[in-house]
Amino acid sequence: MTDTPLRIIETERTLLARFREWWSGETANPVKRVQFDRPLTPWLFILPQMAVVVIFFYWPSVQAVTSSFYIEDPFGFGSTFVGLENYQDALNSSEYMSTAAFTAFFCITVTALALGLGLLLAVKADKVIRGAETYKTLLISVYAIAPPVAGLIGMMFFDMHMGPFTQIAGWFGYELKVGINYWDTAIALITISVWKQIPYNFIFFLSGLQSVPVSVREAALIDTKSGWRRFKDVTLPLLAPTAFFLLIINITYTMFDTFPIIDVIVKDKPANNPMTLVYKVYLDGFKGNDIGGSSAQSVILMVVVALLTVLQFRFLERRVHYG
Amino acid sequence: MAHLSLKNVGKTYGGSNQAAVAGVDIEIADGEFIVLVGPSGCGKSTLLRMVAGLETVTDGEIRIGDRVVNQLDPAERDIAMVFQNYALYPHMSVRDNMAYGLKNRKTPKAEIEARVAEAARMLELGPYLDRKPRALSGGQRQRVAMGRAIVRQPAAFLFDEPLSNLDAKLRVTMRMEIRRLQKRLGTTSLYVTHDQLEAMTLADRLVVLNGGRVEQIGAPLEVYRKPASTFVAAFIGSPAMSLLDARFENGQVMVDGHALAPVGNAPGPVTLGLRAEDLRITSTGVPMRVDYVEELGAHRIVHGAIGDQPVAVVDNGGAALAETVHVLVDPAKLHLFETSTGRRMDTRIQAEAVPAQ
Ligand SMILES: Nc1ncnc2c1ncn2[C@@H]1O[C@H](COP(=O)(O)OP(=O)(O)OP(=O)(O)O)[C@@H](O)[C@H]1O
Ligand SMILES: [Mg+2]
Repeated sequence: MTDTPLRIIETERTLLARFREWWSGETANPVKRVQFDRPLTPWLFILPQMAVVVIFFYWPSVQAVTSSFYIEDPFGFGSTFVGLENYQDALNSSEYMSTAAFTAFFCITVTALALGLGLLLAVKADKVIRGAETYKTLLISVYAIAPPVAGLIGMMFFDMHMGPFTQIAGWFGYELKVGINYWDTAIALITISVWKQIPYNFIFFLSGLQSVPVSVREAALIDTKSGWRRFKDVTLPLLAPTAFFLLIINITYTMFDTFPIIDVIVKDKPANNPMTLVYKVYLDGFKGNDIGGSSAQSVILMVVVALLTVLQFRFLERRVHYG
Repeated sequence: MAHLSLKNVGKTYGGSNQAAVAGVDIEIADGEFIVLVGPSGCGKSTLLRMVAGLETVTDGEIRIGDRVVNQLDPAERDIAMVFQNYALYPHMSVRDNMAYGLKNRKTPKAEIEARVAEAARMLELGPYLDRKPRALSGGQRQRVAMGRAIVRQPAAFLFDEPLSNLDAKLRVTMRMEIRRLQKRLGTTSLYVTHDQLEAMTLADRLVVLNGGRVEQIGAPLEVYRKPASTFVAAFIGSPAMSLLDARFENGQVMVDGHALAPVGNAPGPVTLGLRAEDLRITSTGVPMRVDYVEELGAHRIVHGAIGDQPVAVVDNGGAALAETVHVLVDPAKLHLFETSTGRRMDTRIQAEAVPAQ
């Protein structure tokens, strides 16, 4: 069962390695550079990759941008050019803005909790290296669960009639109504999303921790008695590249990959339930048949995420150290 | 600054049934430079790390100054350590690397600055204070590691093979520098190395370890001139002392059927130790087959065998050597060891043996 996530994590670890290389400007390694006799050959090599990117990314993106300027007839009989009207509608809609606010809240909470708990578990596991293998396998197995299944399992935990979380809340005199009460649903969404992402963060943090040289830790042991100081002044800065990488991955996860979880929890529920912008794009476009409006929303989302990523690289880059 | 005392110190790693270090007794005076030397795996690092507090002590007692430190954290032991791979904090500047230990001990800012400046001056690190370790050469990193220890002004310096990552030439320079600094600061030092040359040149006293036990403690020359066992004899000195099976016959020590020197009598077989520089190639003496010659410029080392037992001889001549030469030794300079235990036999046996003749 743990085979699949391990392999996925392996590929992403190479990704992290490349990311580090790029970060520290070591990409121009002359040994790794290959020379081709004919100038066309390299293009042939990247052609399949380019084809995939064009078909699955650029083409739909262009489609989305184009259709965001039109209002489509709900019955599919042609469309009318309306300029920026779809954008205005979206940004002026209070419903859209409240979804955006929830998305921001959801994103920050899930990322912070998933990173924080992942780090906490990794630090604890790092201390008992012996048991780490079992510990690792136990924790990582959650990662093997597909998001919709995670959503379903989560649903069971929060079930109104027999879910253990609902019962626990009941002992404290609180009636948890997931799928009906807005904030109860939000709590369930956050809990399940965090739970799903912790193993991923854990594995990366643990391997980051284990790559801190033993002698550096020992030097710190001689320099200060306080475990907290050693962690804050020595371990954490050395983990910064890993943490930054995970931050970007986690934000992407909360923005996009939580879709199936949300789907399982709020689908077909009549009430006003929290959702993220991505889910709203889907609802308006496919359930509400408003292709133009939903395209405009997805373009806005694209721009926001791009801006976020640029900002992260700009401002956090300076605070991250490499050995 | 303080004296250091190890009493019957031992260590058995969890899960292992053999002691890595056993029964070590050393008294180290204030300001003394002690070098722990021995082959790989003999427990040098383990012993040093027990003093540092990085390894628990399973037997005996370690004192630094007047305190028993067995149960104290490394940070509370008032020691500073220099690691083989320097163990600098990669994300801190040279200045912060040196200041970190002091900051954590709530040393006043001005005092920290003064100490860092002084260490930087001593180690010629001034221009690099704001650099990160990765922008330094191996030798410079080594100095920073030294600086980090010096600014602390600890009771003792602990070094674990601090020079083995440097190239041969730099190693010699740094060796002298460490010695000079230690003399000037007068800080008690415990230094681990497997390089016997480093051990000889640095130490006030050597501690030769073998399989976790102390084989011999003494000043470098004393250890060199009077090795307590065949182990020490073979380990200290370069080229290694030649060890040969020998017998006594009529007051003569006999090797391969030839009388080598009049020493005295002793029962049974003995092991004879011969230093290369104590042997001379002459026209008379014991015949030795020449295998190959190492030219070192100042002199040459002739490797060969007496019978089938290998021997090395230092020779100052320049002439070509015959296939077989004859060697002689000053009887006062040969070493005798009991074959069964490997322990040194006093050559006083001569004095006892002669009247008996
Ligand atoms: N953490 C450990 N667990 C179990 N055994 C260990 C551990 N560390 C060292 N040992 C064992 O203890 C013995 C002494 O090791 P130590 O590291 O002190 O040797 P050393 O003299 O420093 O060798 P070297 O010159 O190679 O550094 C060795 O036999 C080694 O295998
Ligand atoms: Mg060692």
